[in-house]
Amino acid sequence: MRHLRQLEDQSVYILREAYKHFDNLGMLWSMGKDSTVLLWLARKAFFGHVPFPLLHVDTSYKIPAMIEYRDRLAREWRLNLVVGQNKKALAEGMNHERGRVECCTALKTNGLKQLLEEKGYTGIILGVRADEESTRAKERYFSPRDKNNDWDFRDQPPELWDQFKTSFPPNTHIRIHPLLDWTEINIWEYIKLENIPFMDLYLDKGNGTRYRSLGCAPCTFPIKSTASTVDEIIDELRATNVAERAGRAQDEGRGMELLRKDGYM
Amino acid sequence: MATCKTDTPAAVDIRDRMNIVIVGSVDHGKSTLLGRLYADTGTLPEGKIEKIQAICKQQGKEFEYAFLFDAFLEEQQQGVTIDTARTFFQWAGRQYIIIDAPGHKEFLKNMVSGAARAEAALLLIDAVEGVRDQSKRHGLLLSMLGVKQVTVVVNKMDLVDYGQETFALVEKEYRAFLSQLDVTPQFVIPASAKLGDNIATPSPHMPWHNGPTVLESLAQFSSESEQGEQPLRFPLQDVYKFDARRILTGRITSGRLKVGDQVIFSPSNKSAVVQTLEAFNVEPPPTQAQAGQSVGITLDEQIFVERGEILSHERSLPLVSTTFRANLFWLGRRPLDMDKLYLVRLATHEVECRVAAIHRIVDADNLSLDQQQTNAVVKRNEVADVTIQAKAPLAFDLYADFETTGRFVLVDDYDVSGGGIITEMVADREETLRIEARQRDFAWVQGDVTLADRAKHYGHRAALVLLIGPDITGKTFLAKKVESMLVAEGRHVYMLDPENLRRGLDADLQDEDARETIRRYGEVARLLIDTGVLLISTTNSFNLPADQAVEAIRTLVHPAPVLTVYMSQEAGASPIEADLSFTGPEDFTRTTHDVLAALKQKGILAETIGNQPVFQFSI
Repeated sequence: MRHLRQLEDQSVYILREAYKHFDNLGMLWSMGKDSTVLLWLARKAFFGHVPFPLLHVDTSYKIPAMIEYRDRLAREWRLNLVVGQNKKALAEGMNHERGRVECCTALKTNGLKQLLEEKGYTGIILGVRADEESTRAKERYFSPRDKNNDWDFRDQPPELWDQFKTSFPPNTHIRIHPLLDWTEINIWEYIKLENIPFMDLYLDKGNGTRYRSLGCAPCTFPIKSTASTVDEIIDELRATNVAERAGRAQDEGRGMELLRKDGYM
Repeated sequence: MATCKTDTPAAVDIRDRMNIVIVGSVDHGKSTLLGRLYADTGTLPEGKIEKIQAICKQQGKEFEYAFLFDAFLEEQQQGVTIDTARTFFQWAGRQYIIIDAPGHKEFLKNMVSGAARAEAALLLIDAVEGVRDQSKRHGLLLSMLGVKQVTVVVNKMDLVDYGQETFALVEKEYRAFLSQLDVTPQFVIPASAKLGDNIATPSPHMPWHNGPTVLESLAQFSSESEQGEQPLRFPLQDVYKFDARRILTGRITSGRLKVGDQVIFSPSNKSAVVQTLEAFNVEPPPTQAQAGQSVGITLDEQIFVERGEILSHERSLPLVSTTFRANLFWLGRRPLDMDKLYLVRLATHEVECRVAAIHRIVDADNLSLDQQQTNAVVKRNEVADVTIQAKAPLAFDLYADFETTGRFVLVDDYDVSGGGIITEMVADREETLRIEARQRDFAWVQGDVTLADRAKHYGHRAALVLLIGPDITGKTFLAKKVESMLVAEGRHVYMLDPENLRRGLDADLQDEDARETIRRYGEVARLLIDTGVLLISTTNSFNLPADQAVEAIRTLVHPAPVLTVYMSQEAGASPIEADLSFTGPEDFTRTTHDVLAALKQKGILAETIGNQPVFQFSI
């Protein structure tokens, strides 16, 4: 419990620094467990309010229950929800059968780029965690992107103590990562501690499977599991050494390094 | 799919968490140690080793544990870690984030970024190469970054036939070096990361080693911080008004804060009582908080305070000055430039500054030398003993007393380019006046009407407009016009000519009593400002250079806003950086309007009078 409060204090501090320094700020919300915890932390940081828009890059291939959940919380928590979509790529028939990395690039990376360009956000808050995947392990809390959204991982700015990169030249933006130090188990422990509403796709409902990580329906696969409560998920995670994103197809090979260098979340 | 491994210590409930950094010279085996630690404790994801082994086989390379965490293609190709990776590891009830920092000199800024997040460090030294420059530099930086718990691992013992004598030599040399930094390593462990000797299991090759393995040594690092027992420091981060509550937020960096506490804000010297601690989804609401917590508080009265101020109790105040001496490590692309303006960021305070002096370069090899070097150039990755002078007073502490409020970073253009720890407060010229103002403000007896009430009533904040410049440039004429125009608008304004003090309040003073003359003027201005008035004044009568006069007055009326206006006959550089400059103005009506516009832009004048104007007093 103490370790969760330490993580919470650091994330809240980062969110408040972001809100202080960026006039045009948005938070990506995929409705998954991580970005929903991030949204909850924003409500913690701003005392029940969320003083910036929640951005959802809709690939149109999301599991329908995710959209219902999104709209319900947006209503109940009075969120300013902004939905972006790469309509041109969809009109041209983009889907995962043309290649997973190609599809992610078009619908997620480019969908996000279009949204950023249209709205002119200078700071984007994301729920990525260092333990998810090895290039995310090398991220900064405040991570600059150039005008093409490219991540120059060879030359990241220094980050000393709690002094972050909060100023930036025109035509660039900063990605803010308040959840970097959280693990998958921490996320579930915190959901339990704070009683945060989450999608029941993460639970087994009697057929012996559940989702461990949520994305687009065609590229996300459930795992075999009988965990039907948060406690059972935590017990299961403590005992496993299978990677969380093993059910996410785009991670295979060098997929993530290449995707992330070009601006993927 | 999920494999059951309930017998591993990882399944135990987590008591606490800790960040540990692995540092040391390039090729001394940091990434290998990390990979080995995970492999030997069974905490790698399933199939990870097999996957990397397959890639190595394909590329015709020998498998190395280092490849497990060097994620970038370039890192694997060059066999060198470029950037710091956070890796997660659970053992014996503690959750670790282990930070693998690059050892190559070129990536020192990444090493520093990694180590700055850590509470403890494993420092690796290659038994064959022995203590290298980078080994020392990393040791020096660890002590500057506040990492006080260090365990030294002498690696690659397999390459020196597990020789106890080789180990003893390295240990002796490095202990001697660390002692100059007042660092005592918790353990010095002989190991071979590649072969797993003394990593997770005791080595059969070194029975002479009586200490712990690397894994055992991790549990010996303490995650208890002393900061909770120190006096209160609470740097103000932001002020929110999302609903009826006006909430001051920030992170307590040391000590404790309770509802009902009287708190002092430095450097503004304001004070108030903590009315509530605010929190979302916490029932019942908290009544106290301590070091490490991000909190929100409300006060018993609405005082004007800004981000950057440090809250403390009156019995233990932070230091306040524009100037301090510090040890600075420089990471900028260009050498440190004494002619350049940088931003100093100290906790949440950000202010422009210059490097006033470079005393010497601190070399890892000459730590104890105390010689002065003149014209020293501080290049990237060097550590220097410097004096920093900020444009406005800052509240801070000495690093030896308080970790977080005793350190700062310098920002060059858009990037954090250096970090430093404060070794000494330097009393600047205004020190005496500042102490006077501080003591006077703490003892100030106030009526029930607050400055905010007065501002609402008059339609402006209490402030001072100072007109400076050579004689006969129309300063008094402009002062009168501004006064008249504002009074015509219904504002509460007064032109205070310093000449009016000369024959009365200052009748006992001579021309050479310039400092006393300005002190008395400053105290009179402070009194008038407390009545809510907008004060306009020229500075001709002070027998002091303009910059000194302005600084002294600013110190005494602090934290009231001061608008400086420079007037001259011919274009030329102002002796101070004035908010407004006019050269030989002929159209004084227009000049007057410019002054009014600047007052509005600074948030001193409300756009309209009456109907409860709103002022942004803070943030």
